[in-house]
Amino acid sequence: MGAGHAHKLYRHGHSPVHGLPPHTKLAAVFAFVVVVVSTPREAMWAFGLYAVLLGAVAYVARVPAAFLLRRLLIEVPFVAFAVLMPFVAEGERVDVLGLSLSVNGLWGAWNVLAKGTLGVAASVLLAATTELRELLLGLQRLKLPPLLVQIASFMIRYGDVITDEMRRMRIARESRGFEAKGVKHWGVLAKSAGALFIRSYERGERVHLAMVSRGYAGSMPVIDEVTASPAQWSYALTLPCAALLVCLLGWSL
Amino acid sequence: MHVPDGFINAPTSAATGVIAAGAVAVSLRGARRELDERTAPLAGLVAAFIFAVQMLNFPVAAGTSGHLLGGALAAILVGPYTGVLCVSVVLLMQGILFADGGLTALGVNITNMAIVTTVVAYALFRGLVKVLPRTRRSVTAAAFVAALVSVPAAALAFTLMYAIGGTTDVSLGKVATAMVGVHVLIGIGEAVITALTVGAVIAVRPDLVYGARGLTQRLKLRVNGELVDAPDARPEPAPVAARTSHRKVWAAGLVTSLVLAGFVSFYASANPDGLEKVATDHGIDKKAEEHSTADSPLADYGVKDVDDARLSGGLAGVIGVGVTVVAGTGVFWVVRRRRTGDASPSDTTSMTSV
Repeated sequence: MGAGHAHKLYRHGHSPVHGLPPHTKLAAVFAFVVVVVSTPREAMWAFGLYAVLLGAVAYVARVPAAFLLRRLLIEVPFVAFAVLMPFVAEGERVDVLGLSLSVNGLWGAWNVLAKGTLGVAASVLLAATTELRELLLGLQRLKLPPLLVQIASFMIRYGDVITDEMRRMRIARESRGFEAKGVKHWGVLAKSAGALFIRSYERGERVHLAMVSRGYAGSMPVIDEVTASPAQWSYALTLPCAALLVCLLGWSL
Repeated sequence: MHVPDGFINAPTSAATGVIAAGAVAVSLRGARRELDERTAPLAGLVAAFIFAVQMLNFPVAAGTSGHLLGGALAAILVGPYTGVLCVSVVLLMQGILFADGGLTALGVNITNMAIVTTVVAYALFRGLVKVLPRTRRSVTAAAFVAALVSVPAAALAFTLMYAIGGTTDVSLGKVATAMVGVHVLIGIGEAVITALTVGAVIAVRPDLVYGARGLTQRLKLRVNGELVDAPDARPEPAPVAARTSHRKVWAAGLVTSLVLAGFVSFYASANPDGLEKVATDHGIDKKAEEHSTADSPLADYGVKDVDDARLSGGLAGVIGVGVTVVAGTGVFWVVRRRRTGDASPSDTTSMTSV
């Protein structure tokens, strides 16, 4: 995972947000999403304020709006679901443009759309300003079990390798005139998946042997310990604290 | 099926988060026993494999295509504990990196897609492999059934969570029928591909398939026109292997029955409730009433009132699953511990030779 291996969601930069220790960012994003989820859905203005807060973070982090919006497209399946909701939900109905819609369904659709979008936007900002390696170190600092962090780091480290093997197999299939058209070609694809599993597993064994021969005894040495000063913590937690204020206002008003 | 933020309310998300954390902790210990210190690289690579195979698209008909979910496949290929771990790690990374599935809904997602699919698939798989003749064909058949059931089971688990903490006002019957209906279709695709993939791996490296361990045939010699068992080249590992497999089968059977009992009771209590809802919508509640009382004793808890039925059904499901988890892990713990005490030297030799 050298310099050339930055994932495509990461935007290199030197903004104050990029410079924050990863575990403070992880904690801040998680707290922010928790606050957003526990806001009452009737307080529509609160969600607007949350969006403004995230916009401020994106501005400080110098993440362009177009990038953020493009990444939000991952949400499209839920949008389709949310659009359906006013039609299928129960309760009293209201006529909008000649369509009979459920009031509860409209609220539910708004609820899922607003909270889901804010959650995705927060995660996208986190991924855009934090390198993979840092993210894993941050998870470790947040007391995730070390074994889980190791598994995740191996998955990230070899994800590209395994995906590339899959791509090579696809090219090999296509160069022999194979084109998957329907159910009758599943057998070939499943054989590819089986071959991919065997290759991944055997690679895992080789990686393990290579690690053992370099003195691995069940735990990874931590070389770059990340620490956060109280100032950095308070800087990172500005976002969830502001959000909490908005949330409390939303409950009291 | 990645649930976004805000779809399930905060208390339910927190509760499922606790369940997910507990299950991941249990499988961390279990995976260490399945793979010992090879856990990190092997589970990591298998997680990368699951991640990659989820990107492999299978064309269904003109234009549409689906992809594998991988829970059942992971459980059968590398064992239930490692399977839970791999799928959970994939979900964690998808949530944090790709914003696929909400951060607060991580517990919901892991419980549904990593734990329910893997546990249901593996329990069914073990049960079927035990019942069916000991051939490779029956392993693929069992993989088919396990994958087929695991996907609608996850959909049902989602419906249960929705019943407890859903934030929208769509009726439970509609959610249940839509989720289970769609996921039965997805499950068929998942089942075909899982079975074919397991078959492909068994054909090449049967020793790698965790679920097919103990299927190796004894070497036979033809002496004077009749088959006799070849004398064992290594006499000492055989009794150990036989004894451990016996114990393993016994434990697996117990766990299977417990899990099935928990799952079936949940199914039996949740489904009539959904039926009842649909029935009251359509004005045919007479039939549903008979159905729910006839179906299971659990439904007797609250047939008079829908809310009561839902509550008691949910409680029964939760208690069943809880008892199952506690009992299952207890049994596995005791058995594995005794086994490692008995047979650690031969175990380590077989580990290094793989």
